[in-house]
Amino acid sequence: MFIKQISIFLENTRGSLRALTELLGRNGVDLLAVSIADTQSFGILRCVVRGPEVGRAVQLLKEAGHSTRVNDVLCVAVEDRPAGLADVLAILDDNDIFIDYTYSFVRGRDKQALIILKLSDPSRALELFEKSGVGVLSQSEVDAL
Amino acid sequence: MFNPTMEAMSRDERRALQSERLKQVVRREYDNVAVYRARMDAKGIKPEDVRGVEDLKFLPFTEKTDLRDQYPYGLLAAPLSEIVRIQGSSGTTGKPIVSGYTQGDIDVWTELMARTLSAAGAGPNDIVQVAYGYGLFTGGLGAHQGASRIGATVIPMSSGNTHRQIMMIKDLGTTILCCTPSYALYLGESIREAGLTPKDLKLRAGCFGAEPWTEGMRTRIEELMDIDALDIYGLTEICGPGVSFECLEKKGMHVNEDHIIPEIIDPATEQPLPPGAAGELVFTTITKQGMPMLRYRTHDICKLDDSPCACGRTLIRMGRITGRTDDMLIIRGVNVFPSQIESVLVGLEGVAPHYLLVVDRVNSQDVLEVQVEMTEDMFSDTVGNIQSLGARIHDRIRSIVGVSAKVKLVPPRSIPRSEGKAKRVIDNRKL
Repeated sequence: MFIKQISIFLENTRGSLRALTELLGRNGVDLLAVSIADTQSFGILRCVVRGPEVGRAVQLLKEAGHSTRVNDVLCVAVEDRPAGLADVLAILDDNDIFIDYTYSFVRGRDKQALIILKLSDPSRALELFEKSGVGVLSQSEVDAL
Repeated sequence: MFNPTMEAMSRDERRALQSERLKQVVRREYDNVAVYRARMDAKGIKPEDVRGVEDLKFLPFTEKTDLRDQYPYGLLAAPLSEIVRIQGSSGTTGKPIVSGYTQGDIDVWTELMARTLSAAGAGPNDIVQVAYGYGLFTGGLGAHQGASRIGATVIPMSSGNTHRQIMMIKDLGTTILCCTPSYALYLGESIREAGLTPKDLKLRAGCFGAEPWTEGMRTRIEELMDIDALDIYGLTEICGPGVSFECLEKKGMHVNEDHIIPEIIDPATEQPLPPGAAGELVFTTITKQGMPMLRYRTHDICKLDDSPCACGRTLIRMGRITGRTDDMLIIRGVNVFPSQIESVLVGLEGVAPHYLLVVDRVNSQDVLEVQVEMTEDMFSDTVGNIQSLGARIHDRIRSIVGVSAKVKLVPPRSIPRSEGKAKRVIDNRKL
């Protein structure tokens, strides 16, 4: 039930993010979710694209000289209401699972916000989410977005 | 003049003295140091073939790599029981280079620094503030010993802590300052920023060395502190500071030729060049006992000037260092070779040695930026991991090379590749 995420190392310089998104756009790769971690000197762009496009996107990025990494992350469907996210995070906190980072999809689905979680113990989190009825999207569900 | 007999000796007399001393040091090296004996044998030269200074050109050269290969004691020409001091500086790769001194070597070095300070007008009534680093680096202890020898009052401040340096200069009435020229400039600017003027201070002169500088910097330092700013030169391999020094004429640095013979060679043909020609500076130590050097190649480029000096010294003068024949950089007085940085990077797991050194001078201080390409293997997708990688590289460079560098991780292939020899250094300092 994990989905693929691509991380890209970026120099914190003018135009580098634009060049990268243009490269993907030109080649028809749709960014479903995107986030940037930035520091003074560098940044990390994390993004989700449709499953069948992951291999091609990574290839394009490598050819353009980017360091990339593909990771498994969880995509949970959170009710689009106050405390919707808090309820999900409470499950993690109560079970001592830590969040490396989190961000959301560009689009939601059926009054649900789609949240990406990178966790210290993703397998256990998955079990807990299933037990608690928190929706977790499969790669094919994400691909259908 | 601290030692007029030696400093103002007639050239003929000195040449005779040099010849006698050269013969002795060649014999000493041949008898005690395997590398020198092997090299002389390979050239078919026996110690008795050396009749005087005119035969210097037949002797083998010594390179910094020899000090690395023979590290730590392979070049000692005296038993360790006679060695009373070790000084050192960074080498070309991970290991430092070290030099051993007998008590006699320390005494000579001390006198050479006494001559250096005396040439700046210093004497028993002076207060000498030593703001060179103390430790393995020869600057601090070298200046300290020389200042003690002339009977001056020494303030052993060591480097850094500008606020306290200025406080001491002001409160204790420092008259002579010893530090690197870039630090002198920084101190001068800081003194002015603190609202002080030269009238508030008793500073009179400064002996500045350990890195190349310019006439422009001299003018600025002299204006800021109203002092005579004098250039001094030295290197650990030869003895440390005191190899050569400027007098108040400020027309080049007098080489202490009764202990050290300078030559200028064409680095390509390795043939000696006449005075006035620019080339690579080569030194032979003719009185050193612990670790003498035959024809040590400094890789510094300069000229020798044998015209008379108004100060009365007959010691030949060397001009400012105008460049290097290799890729060595001097960062805040520390010798840095790109190969050292490379060896640090190679030694770190998962780090590829695609790097570029960018050197700049910001607020009169040298700043070294090390750009390292972030390869796929190094790339982790959390900020914390990348930052700790940068910190690890920084710490390793500081502990091995001895300078603090700003580490910048850059995307792969962003450092320009060139055909053949890679360009590893961009030096933006205007020297």
